[in-house]
Amino acid sequence: MKTIPTLGEILQAQGVSRRGFMKYCAATASLLALPPAMVPRIANALEQARRPSVIWLSFQECTGCTESLTRSSSPTLEGLIFDSISLDYHHTLQAASGDAAEAARHAAMQENMGQYLVLVDGSIPMGNPGFSTIAGISNYDMLMETVDGAAAVVAIGSCAAFGGIPGANPNPTGAVSVQDLVKDKPIVNVPGCPPIPMVITAVLAQFLTFGQLPELDIHGRPTAFFGQTIHDRCYRRPFYEQGRFAETFDDEGARKGWCLFKLGCKGPITYNACATVKWNAGTSFPIESGHPCLGCSEPGFWDKGGFYAPLSTGKFGSGEKLAGAAVAGVALGAAAAVAGRRRQAKYTKEG
Amino acid sequence: MDLLEFARGPALQVAAYILVAGVIWRLVGIIFLKEKPEFSEPRKPGGLLAALKVIYTRSFTAHPFKRATLYPKMLAYVLHIGFFAVIFLFVPHIVFFEGFLGFDWPGLPNNVIYFAGVAAVVAGIALLVRRLTNPVLKLISNFDDYFSWFVTLLPIVTGLIMPVRMGVRYETLLAIHILSVAVLMIWLPFGKLGHTFLVFVTRGTTGMVFERRGAKT
Repeated sequence: MKTIPTLGEILQAQGVSRRGFMKYCAATASLLALPPAMVPRIANALEQARRPSVIWLSFQECTGCTESLTRSSSPTLEGLIFDSISLDYHHTLQAASGDAAEAARHAAMQENMGQYLVLVDGSIPMGNPGFSTIAGISNYDMLMETVDGAAAVVAIGSCAAFGGIPGANPNPTGAVSVQDLVKDKPIVNVPGCPPIPMVITAVLAQFLTFGQLPELDIHGRPTAFFGQTIHDRCYRRPFYEQGRFAETFDDEGARKGWCLFKLGCKGPITYNACATVKWNAGTSFPIESGHPCLGCSEPGFWDKGGFYAPLSTGKFGSGEKLAGAAVAGVALGAAAAVAGRRRQAKYTKEG
Repeated sequence: MDLLEFARGPALQVAAYILVAGVIWRLVGIIFLKEKPEFSEPRKPGGLLAALKVIYTRSFTAHPFKRATLYPKMLAYVLHIGFFAVIFLFVPHIVFFEGFLGFDWPGLPNNVIYFAGVAAVVAGIALLVRRLTNPVLKLISNFDDYFSWFVTLLPIVTGLIMPVRMGVRYETLLAIHILSVAVLMIWLPFGKLGHTFLVFVTRGTTGMVFERRGAKT
């Protein structure tokens, strides 16, 4: 009988030290806002966990989410953990293609019925099944068939979580998110364009550790990572409070690292862990590089009035409509004045 | 469309249309009224200078009433100056105005704005208490007085809550804040808040009429 190695055995075989592994567990516990007492439990559960079967479906996407995960830095501990799941289907990464790839997906589904995880990146076009197909199967059919026997679904990236860029106005393909279609399975949204790799692996780690999905916010995102805004944890926040802002990308304020609110930063309404977990092995995040937050982990971020329009800019529509309101005001005022003059004349006459 | 998008978009647009149309309606309707007939020979011409004089002098209390009106007058100044600072000197608000005016001006640090906002709210509450406890004031107060007070303080209160959060999501608070501003914009031309744009018109008119009649201004 084939023995399936535990994660602990796999990590040991790959040369990951006990100290490094415990560091990862502590970081995961911290990210998930769990008490330190939970670290040994996470370590124990992860060490004992069997490789869970994961089927990764890619639909209308740019492969940025996969890039984010695989190119985070090499090798990261979270990358190794990710390697240690049984990624049975991922048409960007797998060697097999065509019928062989689809056979692998079906085999994984049958062998792990009710227990496998489905990770989805990309939105699903509903305008026409032919807009996006894999091995002649429409994205919708493949999603619904695959999630049928899944334990849970993780929507990776803003396209899968909220429709993302394919769903942006005018949404030519009728793109929808996973949660728009899948109603009978637990869904975790890990949005971002792309999402932070550590967040993806931590969600999987929690599932492996506790056998359950993390606590979610109103948009189905893990609150441990999406519980605070970028603005809340931004190192430039003091400048916002002091009223010091960069006016352009190359002015004195920009060089001094002042707040990017006036340059369109969406940090105040964007919930994500960029400011704390950061990117490229904790090197930095967009604001640290001098660019305002685009709000990429929020629903409909592409259609929120322009990346470089400050958050407090009102959307008054066209100037013509305001001018129309002014003309209407003049007309009403003139009518009121005429009526008033008539009354005045009447009273003067009655005098 | 989520609540914030609704608040920033359609709600603010409709409020702006009503504000513009309402203010112009009121101003045109008043300015083009027929002048009252003169029943006696005017003592003085009663021109622009007379109007400007009263606009200035009515900013201060006449000597005999100074003591009696010191408390409400002080509160009113705190409310108005605080409200002005919050609206026009808070940087995100300046950015809002710059969006359609095309120019900006320097703002104040947030802590100063928070202080001004709290001071305005405290003054507003004190004025309401006075209105409710003073028998004469209470008698002459109507729905307009109370509703105008409510829609004036609501945006300040919703704005002050935003940094504190109180367990509510930031974008929800921001949407509520913008909606409260929209309510203020809609009500402003029609109730007693019309003094925002009528105060100097009415004072000026009073000055001109009084001077023509020979009254001391």
